[in-house]
Amino acid sequence: MTTQLSHLKALESESIHIFREVAAEFEKPVLLFSGGKDSAVMLRLAEKAFWPAKIPFPVMHIDTGQNFDEALDYRDRRVAELGIKLIVASVQDSIDSGRAIEETGPKASRNRLQTVTLLDAITDNGFDAVFGGGRRDEEKARAKERVYSFRDEFGQWDPKNQRPELWNLYNGRHRKGEHIRIFPLSNWTELDVWQYVADDEVELPSLYYAHRREVFRRDGMLLAVSPHVTVMEGEEPEEMMVRFRTVGDASCTGAVASSATTVEQVILEVAASRLTERGETRADDRISEAGMEDRKREGYF
Amino acid sequence: MELLRFATAGSVDDGKSTLIGRMLLETKQIFEDQLEAVERTSRDKGFDYTNLALLTDGLRAEREQGITIDVAYRYFATPRRKFIIADTPGHIQYTRNMVTGASTADLALVLVDARKGVLEQSKRHAVIASLLQVRHLVLCVNKMDLVEFDEARFDEICEEFSDFAAKLDIDDLAFIPVSALLGDNVVTHSPNTPWYEGPTLLHHLEHVYIGSDRNLIDARFPVQYVVRPMSHDHHDYRGYAGQVASGIFRPGDEVLVLPSGFTTTIAGIDEHGGPVEQAYPPMSVNIRLAEELDVSRGDMFARPNNAPTVTQDVDAMICWFSERPLQAGQIYGVKHTTRTARARIQELNYRLDVNSLHREDDQPALAMNDIGRISMRTTVPLFVDEYRRNRITGSFILIDEGTFETVGAGMILAASAG
Repeated sequence: MTTQLSHLKALESESIHIFREVAAEFEKPVLLFSGGKDSAVMLRLAEKAFWPAKIPFPVMHIDTGQNFDEALDYRDRRVAELGIKLIVASVQDSIDSGRAIEETGPKASRNRLQTVTLLDAITDNGFDAVFGGGRRDEEKARAKERVYSFRDEFGQWDPKNQRPELWNLYNGRHRKGEHIRIFPLSNWTELDVWQYVADDEVELPSLYYAHRREVFRRDGMLLAVSPHVTVMEGEEPEEMMVRFRTVGDASCTGAVASSATTVEQVILEVAASRLTERGETRADDRISEAGMEDRKREGYF
Repeated sequence: MELLRFATAGSVDDGKSTLIGRMLLETKQIFEDQLEAVERTSRDKGFDYTNLALLTDGLRAEREQGITIDVAYRYFATPRRKFIIADTPGHIQYTRNMVTGASTADLALVLVDARKGVLEQSKRHAVIASLLQVRHLVLCVNKMDLVEFDEARFDEICEEFSDFAAKLDIDDLAFIPVSALLGDNVVTHSPNTPWYEGPTLLHHLEHVYIGSDRNLIDARFPVQYVVRPMSHDHHDYRGYAGQVASGIFRPGDEVLVLPSGFTTTIAGIDEHGGPVEQAYPPMSVNIRLAEELDVSRGDMFARPNNAPTVTQDVDAMICWFSERPLQAGQIYGVKHTTRTARARIQELNYRLDVNSLHREDDQPALAMNDIGRISMRTTVPLFVDEYRRNRITGSFILIDEGTFETVGAGMILAASAG
């Protein structure tokens, strides 16, 4: 009998260890859940970590009010299946109460406003550990972030003053009002996530697979025509086969042209994307900008 | 596909970033647009060659902000293995970075510049790798192009490093002549080194045998969390959740529960959704016991005839990370496996000079980046093994109780029972 774990099982085990460690050591954890693929995998790992008991903490959605219906349906279905509590923190409420100022104009997005809503929700609920789906392969600054990422009373991250992380020993000590962001997927890559979705048959919103949709081009991205975006002059909506690589706020989540209707086909596209997706994101600054936005969309951080 | 974690160590100029950039490029982890940008920047700056170090940048912007002192993690995969690189840049907080990267590494990659040979820093990296029990060490003799791919120069460096490494605790030492800049012996064999018959760096990383590095002998299971569903479907379920530290656990095995000292048998082992026939490191599982015992987080399962030492007195090597020095008499928080305690430093035995390996007695304190031997007494018993034998039950961190920072990493040398 083998005593060697595959790389995916090793990553899974590491993530489960992190979930359990947090549940054991913190008073009030919460898992951020957007309905995106990373948070879908996070929820699956949390489910495994505490099976056959229920997940011992709630999930929270930072709701911009500009969602894809498919993502909301998926969110509500998963929460009901798992029998866990869902907290919806609304960006609209933050705007109505004057805590956040809405952007204006045809390119307005509520992406950045989410931070205000998130930090208020953490304070109001007294959360001391906040699970996010961020991965170190996403972005260069994230390559340096810890699994346990300390945030001060203002929710700030100080990259120059991070606690060293050795072996599998995590230091979650903090004072009241401070909290720790927890990243169980730190060592996963985009391809690992997709392979896990395939191996473990993780259900995702249909948005992640190729479907016909009316889209138009803006800043090198394909945006879906929806009530949440204003199509400007010169932008020509057309129906195409597309899928989404990330799922977040409908006003700023771009699609990619794709014919991948199954998870196996998506994996092939992701593995080969070094060749195909370049053309669409030619300008270098756009790559990093898009990466940053992906990150905010997927992990809110 | 297997996972291999390795740590790279070096200073700014020895070509470490270039070597990582080369591996990422040649294993096709790099977007073409990123490469074009790097080529353009290299041309603009008047370099003769494409500067692959720019590929692992962001670093550059981070450098300007002063955060290069930190470990960065990078990822690449070949059809054979997935690799996690802990990239530990050199100068400030070098001990902290290297120790952190090495703590989870299967292999350490140390670079030397062929022109400069083995520097004190290269020796320090080898010492830390040895101290952290990284079993495999690769010395990449880089910039071979600048010494005309001279075999004699390569041999000279290997010999000097071997002499030093003989004093250390390293199982497997490999030497590879490379040019990270030009790609010689990184992924493909170089026509410039016909005298070198060993593997390329990537081939070595893909094939080095790590299967026997884990301890599969001493069964150790730190209880992390107690799973009690209290639901209709699983009314009496009580699973002890944790990650196997070492050894193999199977249903029917007799286990010793620490600290209570009770023995019982394993009724079953579960992963999500169902039972498994065995659990080995690093699996995360639930273990069910045949009898209802009082077991909680911080307890440990072992075997009646093979148990860790239960003790409040620990001797250990400490790597110190804080600007506030470690001194005898001070009290720190301790995290060891899933157990937390407090510890008083009883004695600072010596400070280790990592360049000469000399033990300096009568030191009043350990300063930041120092390594030394201490003895400490903990508020509750810990269940420990020698770090050389067990990286999980032999390691701990020290936490400053005022700032809550992680200030030290400890590797247990010996423990006296009681």
